[in-house]
Amino acid sequence: MSRPAATMESAGTMAQAGDRGASQLLSASPAKRRAFAEGATAWMLAGLAVFLLLALFFVPVLGVVLIALTDWQFGSASFSFVGLANFREVFTDQGFRASLLNTILYVLIVVPGTVVSGLAIALLIESGRSCRAFYRAIHFLPFMATLTAMAIAWEALLHPTIGLINQTLAAMGLPTANWLRDENTALPVLAVIGIWQNLGYAMVLFLAGLKSIPQDLYDAANVDGADMWLDRLRTVTLPMLGPVTMFVVIVVALRAFEAFDTVKVLTQGGPGHASELLLYTLYRESFEYLRTGYGAAVAVVFLLIVVTLTLVQTRIVDKKVHYQ
Amino acid sequence: MASVSISGIQKSFGPAAVLRDVSLSIADGEFLTLLGPSGCGKSTLLRILAGLEMQDAGSISIGERSVDGLRPKRRDVAMVFQSYALYPHMTVAANMALPLRMRRLSAIQRWPFVGRLLPSVTRLAAEIDTEVTRTAKSLGIGHLLARKPGQLSGGQRQRVAVGRAMVRHPAVFLMDEPLSNLDAKLRVQMRTEIKELHQRLGSTFVYVTHDQAEAMTLSDRVAVMLEGELLQVAPPQNIYADPDDRRIAEFIGSPKINMLDGVVRERGAIDVVGSTLAIDADALPGTPLTLGIRPENLHLTDHGGQGALTGSVRMIEHMGSDLFVHLDLAGLDHPFIARLLAERAPHIAPGQTLHLGVRPERVLLFTRTGRRLRRQDEATPSSVTPFRDVAQ
Repeated sequence: MSRPAATMESAGTMAQAGDRGASQLLSASPAKRRAFAEGATAWMLAGLAVFLLLALFFVPVLGVVLIALTDWQFGSASFSFVGLANFREVFTDQGFRASLLNTILYVLIVVPGTVVSGLAIALLIESGRSCRAFYRAIHFLPFMATLTAMAIAWEALLHPTIGLINQTLAAMGLPTANWLRDENTALPVLAVIGIWQNLGYAMVLFLAGLKSIPQDLYDAANVDGADMWLDRLRTVTLPMLGPVTMFVVIVVALRAFEAFDTVKVLTQGGPGHASELLLYTLYRESFEYLRTGYGAAVAVVFLLIVVTLTLVQTRIVDKKVHYQ
Repeated sequence: MASVSISGIQKSFGPAAVLRDVSLSIADGEFLTLLGPSGCGKSTLLRILAGLEMQDAGSISIGERSVDGLRPKRRDVAMVFQSYALYPHMTVAANMALPLRMRRLSAIQRWPFVGRLLPSVTRLAAEIDTEVTRTAKSLGIGHLLARKPGQLSGGQRQRVAVGRAMVRHPAVFLMDEPLSNLDAKLRVQMRTEIKELHQRLGSTFVYVTHDQAEAMTLSDRVAVMLEGELLQVAPPQNIYADPDDRRIAEFIGSPKINMLDGVVRERGAIDVVGSTLAIDADALPGTPLTLGIRPENLHLTDHGGQGALTGSVRMIEHMGSDLFVHLDLAGLDHPFIARLLAERAPHIAPGQTLHLGVRPERVLLFTRTGRRLRRQDEATPSSVTPFRDVAQ
């Protein structure tokens, strides 16, 4: 850690030294010349990455923040700065509030659903002996597949009259629903699809986590009397999976906040605002209604949520789930 | 407290037979060590005793009660693992309390939050707390109760693992190489502590190790295992001085015992590497034998020929009070090692020719198949093995 920091520092001082002229540098001590060479090398090596980071991340983010302060509309030749007006509008807008609440609800269904089902499937696969690779593959497939294409398959399954789900329910004498057009079911159905898509990813991470638990701990738990499955789960498996679980929660939460494909393909945020999620609101405001300034403000709010989540992961949670 | 009886245990993992018909009786309160090189099946036997593995055949009883098919927690045994297997997310206190909580509290009483509201849980928890604290203090880890295993040194973790085993007063302690993750100095110290613990508790200990020094210093009896077979069960001094099998003689002792091929010439004389030793073997003239001579049973003499071995010094290792002298003997393709007292052998140099006298009564005779051939004047093992009656 200290070495790169020192190098950056020396690069900084050397940049100032550079202003004072090359003649001074030539007369500088060997130690200083060496430090300059090191700094130059460091910048050369890191340069491309720094440039890409600036060009592809920081400058666009800055651009979005600036656009959020204007009333610019996509394609229009002129704009004026409006200060925080867009943000005020964002927070008073019923549509945005509904979208934010929907997103939070969606995340609150998808994250626990994915973690629990991913863990359960990982435990089942790990406890069995046969066809492990097959089970792993079929559960991981949804994560690999293009969600837009899969969403169309879901649409067919969920079709109110000819869809397999309603036909099955009807055959068993259970009530059916127009899943994607009913404001009570649209969001939960999207969440279920979200779980279906992510659980393979969670499962793979949990499988890796399970493999790294020493057999000795299970043996010790057995001898100590924690030999029923729930006791084993509580004494060994879950605590030892702590770091993996935390990682899964954060990653799945981020992915859930970013849910877009299913909304766009299946419900377009409807009925009403019932299944509108943040990213879809952002898209619609920016590219359908062409209210680019307002869309940028939504993007900034979205970015803040995502960054906060990431910070929570690195700062607080890391300390609580590692036992060293 | 209980005796342990193991009879006819067999175990295979796939096509590989790990244990072949192992039978062993362990007396109540005895410290028995299973000694053998890695892969000899000793840990598997211990795991079968604990109930962590199931035997393919044979039966085990602990304290007159058959435990075949019983789950580990019903066997009244505690185990200390090589890795200690402490729960890293629990404090030392919680680690040690777990075996008691699992036994004394019901599943509902152990539920987080809800459990605490149930009647008598507070009292039981307080009792467990008291016992954990008392055990921890007796092991000198009372001040560590609030720490987590990650914050402890190797020796402290080892004590916690022992404490977790001790806290519920099991009939039998099973220890699977508990000292092998410690550095050499700490290992010697913990060895003493385990010995003292055994004397203090008086429980039955079954201890697995590949370290002969641990086996020799700790045990009442040592059970030597090789390739899934129990070769000999005897007190440490007998294992060393009176082994039943060539493989035991070669496994125990450092430096390794010297093995020389010889042939019986006549009653009271065996020809070996260009010399004749006056040893009375119970075998016909012409019988090929292997002579095992421990390095310390050799001494310098001033004449070669009859009754002595002659060789040239290849290398000398100074060990303080002793010298390990490596010699080349004519007709022997591996070095021959003598352990001589430094003060009696002051002027030895490489290249020098030495004559070594052998005490015939200390020579171990083996048939070419490796079975021990006792001399006629030797005591039978049963008269020197106090636990032999138990073992058979």
